[in-house]
Amino acid sequence: MSEAGLDPTFTALPHRHLGDTALARARDLGATHAEFRFERVRYQHLGVRDGVLQGASDAEDLGFAVRVVHRGAWGFASGVVLTPEEAVRVAETAVQVAQLAAAMTPRPVELAPEPTYDDVVWVSSYEVDPFTVPVAEKAAVLIDWTERLRAGAAVDHASASLQQVDEHKYYADLSGTRTTQRRIRLQPAFEAMGSSDDVFDSMASTAPPVGRGYEYVAGGPGQWDWDAELAEVPELLAEKLAAPSVEPGDYDLVIHPSNLWLTIHESIGHATELDRALGYEANYAGTSFATYDKLGTLQYGSPVMNVTGDRTVEHGLATTGYDDEGVATQQWDIVRDGVLVGYQLDRPMAAMKPELAGPDHPQGRSNGCAYADSPGHIPIQRMANVSLQPAPDGPSTEELIGRVERGLYVVGDKSWSIDMQRYNFQFTGQRFHRIQDGELVGQVRDAAYQSTTTDFWGSMEAVGGPRTWLLGGAFNCGKAQPGQVASVSHGCPTALFRGVRILNTTDEAGH
Amino acid sequence: MHSPTQPRVTPQSLVEHALAATIADECVVVVRDRTSANLRWAGNTLTTNGVMHGVDVTVVSFIHRADGTSTGSVSGSATDQAQVSALVTAADAAARAASVAEDAAELVRDRTSPDWDDEPVRTGIHTYDAFAPALGEAFGRAEAGGRVLYGFVNHELTTTYLGSTTGLRLRHVQPTGHYGCTGKTADLSQSAWVGGATRDFSDVDALAMDAELEQRLGWGTRRVDLPAGRYDTVLPPSAVADLMIDAYWYAGARVAHEGQSVYSRRGGGTRVGERIAREGVHLLSDPSYAGLECSPFVVASSSGNESSVFDNGLPLGRTDWVRDGELAALLQTRHSAAMTGLPVTPAIDNLVLDVDGGTGSTQDLVAGVERGLLVTCLWYIREVDPQTLLLTGLTRDGVYLVEGGEITGAVNNFRWNESPVDLLGRFSHAGATEPSFSREWGDDYFSRTATPALRVPDFNMSSVSQAM
Repeated sequence: MSEAGLDPTFTALPHRHLGDTALARARDLGATHAEFRFERVRYQHLGVRDGVLQGASDAEDLGFAVRVVHRGAWGFASGVVLTPEEAVRVAETAVQVAQLAAAMTPRPVELAPEPTYDDVVWVSSYEVDPFTVPVAEKAAVLIDWTERLRAGAAVDHASASLQQVDEHKYYADLSGTRTTQRRIRLQPAFEAMGSSDDVFDSMASTAPPVGRGYEYVAGGPGQWDWDAELAEVPELLAEKLAAPSVEPGDYDLVIHPSNLWLTIHESIGHATELDRALGYEANYAGTSFATYDKLGTLQYGSPVMNVTGDRTVEHGLATTGYDDEGVATQQWDIVRDGVLVGYQLDRPMAAMKPELAGPDHPQGRSNGCAYADSPGHIPIQRMANVSLQPAPDGPSTEELIGRVERGLYVVGDKSWSIDMQRYNFQFTGQRFHRIQDGELVGQVRDAAYQSTTTDFWGSMEAVGGPRTWLLGGAFNCGKAQPGQVASVSHGCPTALFRGVRILNTTDEAGH
Repeated sequence: MHSPTQPRVTPQSLVEHALAATIADECVVVVRDRTSANLRWAGNTLTTNGVMHGVDVTVVSFIHRADGTSTGSVSGSATDQAQVSALVTAADAAARAASVAEDAAELVRDRTSPDWDDEPVRTGIHTYDAFAPALGEAFGRAEAGGRVLYGFVNHELTTTYLGSTTGLRLRHVQPTGHYGCTGKTADLSQSAWVGGATRDFSDVDALAMDAELEQRLGWGTRRVDLPAGRYDTVLPPSAVADLMIDAYWYAGARVAHEGQSVYSRRGGGTRVGERIAREGVHLLSDPSYAGLECSPFVVASSSGNESSVFDNGLPLGRTDWVRDGELAALLQTRHSAAMTGLPVTPAIDNLVLDVDGGTGSTQDLVAGVERGLLVTCLWYIREVDPQTLLLTGLTRDGVYLVEGGEITGAVNNFRWNESPVDLLGRFSHAGATEPSFSREWGDDYFSRTATPALRVPDFNMSSVSQAM
C-alpha cells in the first residue's frame, strides 16, 4: 500500500512565512523577479564490506535561498537560520549581489513566461519511505548480500551499499506560484571482487538507481530480482577472471540498457542542454558539438534513433511536478528519426530562443529543466530523463544477438569519459560477452569501446522492442560552478551497433 | 539579535550543548560554519553569482557493549540548541541500534586548540571589491580584442569545531579559493585556460588573467592536425596535479592489502617498501606546508575504507606517500593500519610532488623539446583499470606543437590513456615544484596541490578528439 505524501514534519516548518517575508523584502527593494526556495533534503548511507557494517550515516540539508533579478542582473543568497529577520537579510544580500553584478551585465536577464500555479502539491511515486525502515533491517539485507556473494568460489571480498534521499522542496515567487513537492529516491549496489594468478577483477550489480521507495530493495513483483543477480554474479566473475584478453579491432556491439544508459547520458543528455550549447558551461564541463545552428539539420544518428526529454516518467530520478523556476514539467522530442529537433531549457534559455516553443508561446516556454541540488545552490539548467525509445514491434535481445556474426554483447556500466564538446568518448562495462555466429560464447577481458557521438549513433542499426527497455540512471551527475549534483534516469532498449572500435586496456597501459 | 536572558548561540555552545545532551557513553561533535561567495561569467558577462552561509553539525555517538562498541552518525543543518538536541537524540538512537563497529578504537583524548574560543571567520561578496571592477575591465578588453571569456571565482571560509566527551576541543579555519577562466576567439575556433588556487584573492589579477589568455590564443594562429600516437609531451603543474590526485585517492591501504589496486602486491599484501617510481621522486602531504595549510587533525563523519569515526581528532603531520621513488605509505585508519601492520597514516587535505634536481618552469621544459606537445590541461579523467591505475581523459583548451624548443602552433585535442604511477617511472625531465591547481578536481574536491611540470617522452594519445 502506498504511503506517499508530504511529511508533516516538513509542512510544520515556517517555510511559508519565511517565503512571504523574503519575497516582500525583495519586491520592496525593487526586484523585478524574486523566487524563494525552502528545502529539506535527508540522506542516509549504509556501507557493508565482507559481512560487516562499515558505516551508517544520516545527513540533512535544511535551509532556504532567495534569487532575484534586480536592475537586469541575477543575485542569489542563502541562509540556514529559520527566522524572519534572516529571511530579510538573505533577500537583502541577494539584491546586493545583483547590484554588484549589474555593472557587468550588459544584456538584461529575461525569463520566459509561465502560468501561475497557486499552492500545488506533487509527490513522487513510492510505496515505502526508506527512512521509516530501521537501519538494522537494511544493514541486515546488505550483510546478507555480501555473504551470499562470498559463498562463490571466485569471490575474495564483497561490498554492498545503500544510498537513500528524501527531498522536500517549497518554491514561491513574486508572480504567485507556490509549489510543495517531495521526491524519494535510492540506490542499492553490490560488488564482488576476485583474483586469479595474474589478474584481479570485480563484478557489480547492474541494478539502476530509481525514484522508488524501499520496496525496490525488498524485491518482489515488478521490482529488481536481487536473488537471481546475487546467484549469478559469482559465476560471472569466475568466468571473467578466466576469460581471454580482448583482441582490439572493430566489432558489432549489442549493448544492454544497463550499459547504454550511460552512453546516452554523456553523448546525448549533456550534449542537448541548451546552456552548454550556448557556452554557459564553457569554463567547466564544456560546450556541445550540437550547437544551436544545427537544430533541425544535424544527423545525430541513424533513422531508428528517437530520443525524448521527459520530467514526467514514473520512477524517473529527474521526475518532478514543477521545476525550480515554477515551471510545470513536460515531455518533448530531442532527436526524431535521427535528427536533432530539441533542447533542454530553463526559463532564461527559453527566453533567448523563443522559437523553440512554437507559435503558441511567442515569448518562449521552458520545458522545465531548472534544478538546484540544495538550498545553498542556484537553480541551473539540469538534465531531464533523456531516453532512447524502443521500436514498437522491435526485436528481443536474443534476436539482436542473433544478427551478429562477430561481436560483443556489453552489459553493465563501469568506466566512462567524454570530451568537453561531447564527441569523443570511451566506455567500459561490467562484462563483454563474445558473440560468434549469433551465439554468446563466453566473456573477454580488458575491453573498452571508443567512438565519436555521431559515428556511434549513426552505426545503430536496430533498437529492441519495448520488452527490452529499462530505465537506468545516475545518482550523482555533476555540473556547474559551484558544483552541483543531480539524479537523472535514462531509459533505453537493447540496441545493435555495427563496426565500433574496441580497445584492449592492457595494451593501452603499455603492459 | 539574541535576547539578554538567553546565552548567545555560538559554534562552541552548540558543541557543548550536544556533549551535555548525549546519553551515549562517548560522543564526538563537529560543527562547521561555512561561508562562500562566487562570481560566474560567460560570453563576457556575469551570469550566476551568489553568497552562501551554512552551519552543519555532525554528532557521532558511541555505545560500549560487552562485545565491542557501536556507533551512530547524524549530520544536519543546525543553528540552535533544539536542532542540535534532535541530532543528538538521533545519533544516540542510531548507535544503540547499530551492530558492533569493526574499526572500534580508543577515542582521542584531551587536546585543546589555543584558538578554540574564537568566532568563525567568514567571507562575503566584499572579497571581490578589487577583483570585480578589474574583471569588468577585462570583459571590455576581451570584447575589443575579439576574445570571449568564460570563468568562475569562488572563495570559501570554513571554521571547524571538533569537541568530544574525551576532552577534545579542536578548531581549524580553512580558507579555500580558486579562479579559472577559459578564453575563446570570437569564432570559437581556439580555446585556452588559466586557473589557480588562492587563499584570499589578494593575489588574483583579472587583467593579468586575460593577458595570459590573449598570449595563449595567439599561439593558435597556426593550426596543426596530428594523429593519435605516443608523443614527447610536456605537462604543466596543473595537469600533473590532475594525475597525482588520482594516484593519491586510489591509495587506500585496505583495498591495496586486499589485492584490488595498483598498490597491491601479487600474491598478497601491499607494495609498501617497493620501488614504484624513479629515484628522487617524492609524493607527500603536510598540513603545515607553506601556502597549502590544511586541517592538522582528522575529521571523519562516517567510517569506510579510508576513514574511521574513532580517529576523530587524531593529529596529522607530514606523511611521505612515495619517498625517493619507493612506496612509503598508504591512506590508513587505525583499523586498516592494524590489518596491514603498517603505521597509521590518515588522509591529509593537500598533496605535493617533488623531484630531486627538478628546476625551472613549464617553459624551460618546453625549451628542451625538439618536437613534441605542450598540453595545458586535462579533463574528464576516470579510472579504466585498477590493476595498473590506467586512467583515461582528454586534453582541452590548449594543446600546442613544440618544434626546436619553441611553440609553433595549436594542435587538435586527444583522448589519452595513461597511468600516473607508470608516468612517475617514465618521465624524462621535471621542473621545480610550485603551487598548482587541478582543472579536473580543484573546483570541488582538492585544490591544495604543489607539483612540478613533467616531460614524458611517450605520452599515449589514444585517439583524436574533434572538440575545440
